[in-house]
Amino acid sequence: MVLIGVAIVIIGFIIRINPLLVVTLSGLATGLFAHQSLYEIIEQFGKAFTTNRYMAVFIATLPVIGLLERFGLREQAEHVVSNIKAATTGRILTAYLVIREAAAAAGLTSLGGHAQMVRPLVAPMAEGAAEAKYGTLPDRVRDDIRAHAAAVDNIGLFFGEDVFIAIGAILLMKGFFDQNGIPSDPLHMALWAIPTAVAALIVHSFRLHRLDRSLHKLLYRENGKGRA
Amino acid sequence: MWLSMEAVYIFLGIVVTLGSVWTFADRSNPKRLTSGLFYLLYGVTLLFGSVIPPFYTGVLVLIMVAIVGFGGLKLGKYEEASPEERQQHRQRLNNRLFIPALLIPILTVIGVTWLKNVKIGGAFLLDPKNVTLVSLGVATFMALLISMAMTRSTPFAAVKESRRLLETIGWAALLPQMLATLGTIFTTAGVGAAVSELIGTIIPTHSLFWIVVAYCVGMALFTMIMGNAFAAFPVMTAGIAVPLLIQQFGVDANHVAALGMFSGYCGTLMTPMAANFNIVPAALLDLRDQNHVIRVQVPTALILLAFNIAAMYVVTLMDL
Repeated sequence: MVLIGVAIVIIGFIIRINPLLVVTLSGLATGLFAHQSLYEIIEQFGKAFTTNRYMAVFIATLPVIGLLERFGLREQAEHVVSNIKAATTGRILTAYLVIREAAAAAGLTSLGGHAQMVRPLVAPMAEGAAEAKYGTLPDRVRDDIRAHAAAVDNIGLFFGEDVFIAIGAILLMKGFFDQNGIPSDPLHMALWAIPTAVAALIVHSFRLHRLDRSLHKLLYRENGKGRA
Repeated sequence: MWLSMEAVYIFLGIVVTLGSVWTFADRSNPKRLTSGLFYLLYGVTLLFGSVIPPFYTGVLVLIMVAIVGFGGLKLGKYEEASPEERQQHRQRLNNRLFIPALLIPILTVIGVTWLKNVKIGGAFLLDPKNVTLVSLGVATFMALLISMAMTRSTPFAAVKESRRLLETIGWAALLPQMLATLGTIFTTAGVGAAVSELIGTIIPTHSLFWIVVAYCVGMALFTMIMGNAFAAFPVMTAGIAVPLLIQQFGVDANHVAALGMFSGYCGTLMTPMAANFNIVPAALLDLRDQNHVIRVQVPTALILLAFNIAAMYVVTLMDL
């Protein structure tokens, strides 16, 4: 019966009810089916909401980024890139992927992020490169480029960070095995993360290369501008 | 310590609470009162979260969810700079505009690497348990001071701009925290055990290959449900990897762990439950489809999941 909450989440997302509402309902239902009182459930909501305030830390960057945007940060990012002849959307995103993943593998997971890097700099640069080549972009292409910029940040971070031994994931795994009396070694875990980290880099760079080609096919036909 | 996480929360709380004043005053927003209340309450939970008893914070959270559920949260109007104005400023400031933006990551890294163990008068300068987040807070604050000086703007202008960005994100700002709550409730209710029991009855326990598949796919699927590979790892590893791979077949735990966790990350890329990676950025980038980032990530995630399965099968064979 406790799986009712899982079912609510899955159904809620499929029929596209507001996720915030789905999650709250799922929490209430799961708690009630596990015979917790309403008071206890609300208390848990409050407690977890407070302990997880750190997830709201991206808000700290908004005043700076907002202010700089008012003074033309995004336009400047687009402008700088449009002057680089070799710049393409895919190449810029690949460069950011490499930097993000390498930094994360060195333990510098905070070197990047959606609020700090993607919205103000990476996405405008990726858009600017396409715009310089092909002229105005249709909205759906613009959305696609931005989504790719966000994806690169995630993929670089996820598959880079486990190569660094002192990262949370490695420590969590070490702690889990210690509790279960199974010998494990953080260095070996980090070592075995390398093949997937390399694969992630190759696979996603290839997809970004394909993104360039599909942008070219689409926009060259539509706008009649740009060369192969 | 001199600077704790609490200081960062107070900074966040001030930004959000002050922003709500403009929302309350925004006559162009037909839902300005409920929208304003939403951000005011959010600001209050950030500012006073550690002082308010958990039950009352829970009530505030439910009021915020109710406002969203009944459509009480609407975008307002913002006095955005015109393209001409931005063009003018841009010509004056040029590439100097990048300085504060780049200072955020650079100062954060400096804080994390060099200020980690700095003590002043016997107390740590930065909260040693949350060095990264406190560094980020300090870095953004310093970048804010520099950008205000550079653009000759007041703190109020900065708050107004952050309100514009925060309202674009809207309810999605709350989602990561709510999902974490759901995770806790799932754990206390025993959802993990139920899932791993369910999987245990489905897979053939004599086939090494299918156990590997079940573990990796299970990590991805359970991560998609919980939104967090860290929550899925203990459940799936205790349910499948430890009894079957490690104890029955004698596979090295290090090999299983690294590839299993990465399989979980493949799940993270494919789920709206990983809100701070997938839904918040979609809102932050003004994407019309909130699942657009996920759609872009799915092919890479599936290819890497297949790679992890293959790699884990090969190394488990090598261990035998």
